[in-house]
Amino acid sequence: MGSLKNRDIISIRELKNDEILDVINVAKDIKKNMKSYRDILKGYILATAFFEPSTRTKLSFQSAMKRLGGSVIDLPPEEASSRAKGENLADTIRMLECYSDIIVIRHKIEGTAKFVSEIANIPIINGGDGTKEHPTQALIDLFTIYEAYGRLDGLTVGVLGDLKYGRAARSFIFGISKFSPEKIYLISPEQLRARKDVLEFLNKKKIFFREKNDYSGILKNLDVLYVTRIQRERFPDPMEYERVRGSYRITKDILKDVKDNFIILHPLPRVDEIDFSVDGTKFAKYFVQAANGVPIRMALLKMILVE
Amino acid sequence: MSEEEKRLIVTKIKDGTVIDHIDAGRALYVLKILGITGEEDFTIAVVMNVESKRMGRKDIVKLEKMELRKEQVDEIALIAPNATINIIRNYRVVKKYKVDVPKVIEGLINCINPNCITNQKREPVRSTFLVKSLRPLILICKYCGEEIHHEDIIRQLTGV
Repeated sequence: MGSLKNRDIISIRELKNDEILDVINVAKDIKKNMKSYRDILKGYILATAFFEPSTRTKLSFQSAMKRLGGSVIDLPPEEASSRAKGENLADTIRMLECYSDIIVIRHKIEGTAKFVSEIANIPIINGGDGTKEHPTQALIDLFTIYEAYGRLDGLTVGVLGDLKYGRAARSFIFGISKFSPEKIYLISPEQLRARKDVLEFLNKKKIFFREKNDYSGILKNLDVLYVTRIQRERFPDPMEYERVRGSYRITKDILKDVKDNFIILHPLPRVDEIDFSVDGTKFAKYFVQAANGVPIRMALLKMILVE
Repeated sequence: MSEEEKRLIVTKIKDGTVIDHIDAGRALYVLKILGITGEEDFTIAVVMNVESKRMGRKDIVKLEKMELRKEQVDEIALIAPNATINIIRNYRVVKKYKVDVPKVIEGLINCINPNCITNQKREPVRSTFLVKSLRPLILICKYCGEEIHHEDIIRQLTGV
């Protein structure tokens, strides 16, 4: 069994399947016995360094640390910190390292988490770097699927939305692909197709996958549909965006023929890709998924800092 | 020296280096990264597009009196991964070895992803690539995971 003690979490690809399942199992227990974990990280300090906007990731990490009895320091926004005086990232991290036991970092520059993990001697968790990776989100996604199905392998999965620039979708595809899915449908407009390295990863794992322009004819086969936001600004022509957006919108009406235990996930925030009418259906698991952010991040913090 | 080379019109060199099995058409790139301009005071022979049993066509560069440093050989490997280096003393090959693409390539080329951490000014980080594939040569950025293909590698190393 692999240990996460003192490990950096940079990409979901670096985690072994049994390590992912360990995190899920700890998260499951935390969810059930939340109170028994409340003093586990007493005396430990988490630093959150978010150079990009975040609601769920930052707050759920902070909540997770506090629920474990630890405390949190947060790097202030640029204008209120020394970065406004021109301090570089490396020096900022060296400072944070002295003040904390573990750092979660989000940055729009790709490869930042990896770079920071080389500078700092304390564990680094990637809270999202540019369009590349969001490993803790992938763990939350896998946990939510595991809760619904009691397993991660052999599922038929659709991933819909911006597969090119969306780091959550990308990390999710990497994550679920480690567990031999039956089939993966990659559903996106032509210009937002998954990148070559994602397709190579699927090919290497010998996973049956298809790229599709829309979800018609697929929904009834799916166990899981992972929906992500398509950003208007990705389209050079706003008319083109208006033309395609309807094809990627999930409404209650289109869910008539889905499997009984079908689930819909979304890393959130959503704009209008999932209609509010879907929220009340038994298929909607995206709020459960968001809530799972805390136990998963508690599990990670515990496993990295103590065992 | 091989039969094949004996047939070549270029004479043997007395002391120096023969870089053989350069991919056809890339000899000038090899000269470029070695900083050879033709102004040097020693013999330089460049043979291009000659027949080769192994490669179909190949280029050869002969450099009288010159021996290569490890970094130069590494750079040649990135341009011509099949090249062999022959050290010549008194007309005889005293050492012959294949170039080896280094497992980790640091600081020689830049990541092509402008949004990569290695392209940020004022951060203490060197571009670092790992080898994804040797034939064709594809490197992958250790930090952002971006791939860089052989044509881009050659373009960056030679500035051509």
